[in-house]
Amino acid sequence: MNTLRYYMPRREKYLHIVFWCLLESALWLTLVNWLLPLILKSFDGYALFMDQSLAVRWCVAFLLMAANTLISVIWYNWEENKEDEQRERDTEKLAKEAELFKLRQQLQPHFLFNSLNSINALIGSRPQEARKMIQQLSDFLRGTLKKEEHQWVSLQEELQYLQLYLDIEKVRFANRLSAIIEADEAVQKMKLPALLLQPIVENAIKFGLYDTTGEAIIRIIARSEDNNLVIRVENPFDAETSTTQKGTGFGLGSVQRRLYLLFARADLLATESKENIFVTIVKIPQHE
Amino acid sequence: MSKVILIDDEPLARSIVNEYLQKHPGLEIVAECNDGFEGVKAIQQHEPDLIFLDIQMPKINGFEMLELIDQRPSVIFTTAFDEFAIKAFEAHAIDYLLKPFSQERFDKAIQKWKEQKTTSKKNTEDLLETASQSPSQTQRIVVKNGSKIKIIPVQDVFYLEAADDYVKVHTQEGGFLKNKTMNHFEQTLDQNQFVRSHRSYIVNVQQITRIDPYEKDNHIAILRSGAKVPVSRNGYVKLRSVLGL
Repeated sequence: MNTLRYYMPRREKYLHIVFWCLLESALWLTLVNWLLPLILKSFDGYALFMDQSLAVRWCVAFLLMAANTLISVIWYNWEENKEDEQRERDTEKLAKEAELFKLRQQLQPHFLFNSLNSINALIGSRPQEARKMIQQLSDFLRGTLKKEEHQWVSLQEELQYLQLYLDIEKVRFANRLSAIIEADEAVQKMKLPALLLQPIVENAIKFGLYDTTGEAIIRIIARSEDNNLVIRVENPFDAETSTTQKGTGFGLGSVQRRLYLLFARADLLATESKENIFVTIVKIPQHE
Repeated sequence: MSKVILIDDEPLARSIVNEYLQKHPGLEIVAECNDGFEGVKAIQQHEPDLIFLDIQMPKINGFEMLELIDQRPSVIFTTAFDEFAIKAFEAHAIDYLLKPFSQERFDKAIQKWKEQKTTSKKNTEDLLETASQSPSQTQRIVVKNGSKIKIIPVQDVFYLEAADDYVKVHTQEGGFLKNKTMNHFEQTLDQNQFVRSHRSYIVNVQQITRIDPYEKDNHIAILRSGAKVPVSRNGYVKLRSVLGL
């Protein structure tokens, strides 16, 4: 883009400026012609000089005025342009930050670095297990990168992917974490948007493990109800001290938003808690 | 022989520290803890010289655990990825290990600890003050009541009262002392929910049932629990603006 055009007033604006400069210099000239003789009336020949130099003085006044005006026009335009550019840069920066944030979320750095740390520990004592975990972690990451958000996958595929995630978490937390998945064959073939379950299970593990100090059992139950795929994810939590499980819990905000964008319905994600079990229920309408 | 305690909720994360410590015969591990609760207990029992402390742990995080300890040992923090914590470490020049770390990096941290023995008390205090402003920590107050540790969600707090060098946190289950200042709570708690009604009181506005005049220019707030909280002239202005009166 030619930024120079910002420094230039439009054509009609130029004429406008010239006209005003002419007018203002003429006004000045009239004023001077009236004032000076009053002050300097004692000098002989002054009146003659005044008359003869009229055109020259007008020219000088006009040039001065025009130069002055142009400088300020340019200065203001430049300032405006600078502001525009700043705004543009800010918008770009915001968009970039949002994208980076999303990428970072997809990568789950906390999970990734902790897994690498576990592998580091296993290499010394149990190299076979280390190797296995590297494999699982690679498959998991590949799955994250491969899938597109708008893609639909079978429940079977999504559960396999979840299993990788759960297996890695089990190595990290040893016997503190166990997971039970219930889904019969008919349900396995039902479809859901890719990577939809993972943040829900992640949320369940996070609260199951970080909110209690004992053993955490995560239960994932899939059923078919009125042509809907209904998935319940259960995790233990401490009703007394938990502050974040009230409402939908902040880990679930993005899931809610995605479901709304896909189905234009806000009633597909629900949570409930009974005693010390927190349940997240997600409903996915099936269409042919 | 220096005593060491490892506090991390992942067994493998402790085992790698254990392995790296084999190279340092002067250091002996006296306890390994799964969470902050065990950590507090073990530190009181063993009085270690050095602890390795993870930040993200169940229930209470590493910072909150440290707040509960009166005689703090030297700390080497370990964390995988916690932008908030890392910023806090950098701000207060505190050494930390980013997981996964190498034996060399680990040895360096030990070396540094041996040379200065401990991060200055002031630095640790400042670190904890910064950490307590994190979004998760402003949602709850962790207190110690004898040997029991209590986590109080802020919405369960009735009011806070200044008590010498401490702040008394009043709840359904009674009052608990926390070694923080009134100013700290005034700044970190949500100002639409907690109002400094008096020099020595911060009140949870959701608990107020009515405000009565009381002596000259003063008022008194009556809470649902029946408790009465003094309201100064200044505090009354603040309360009215928060309650939209």
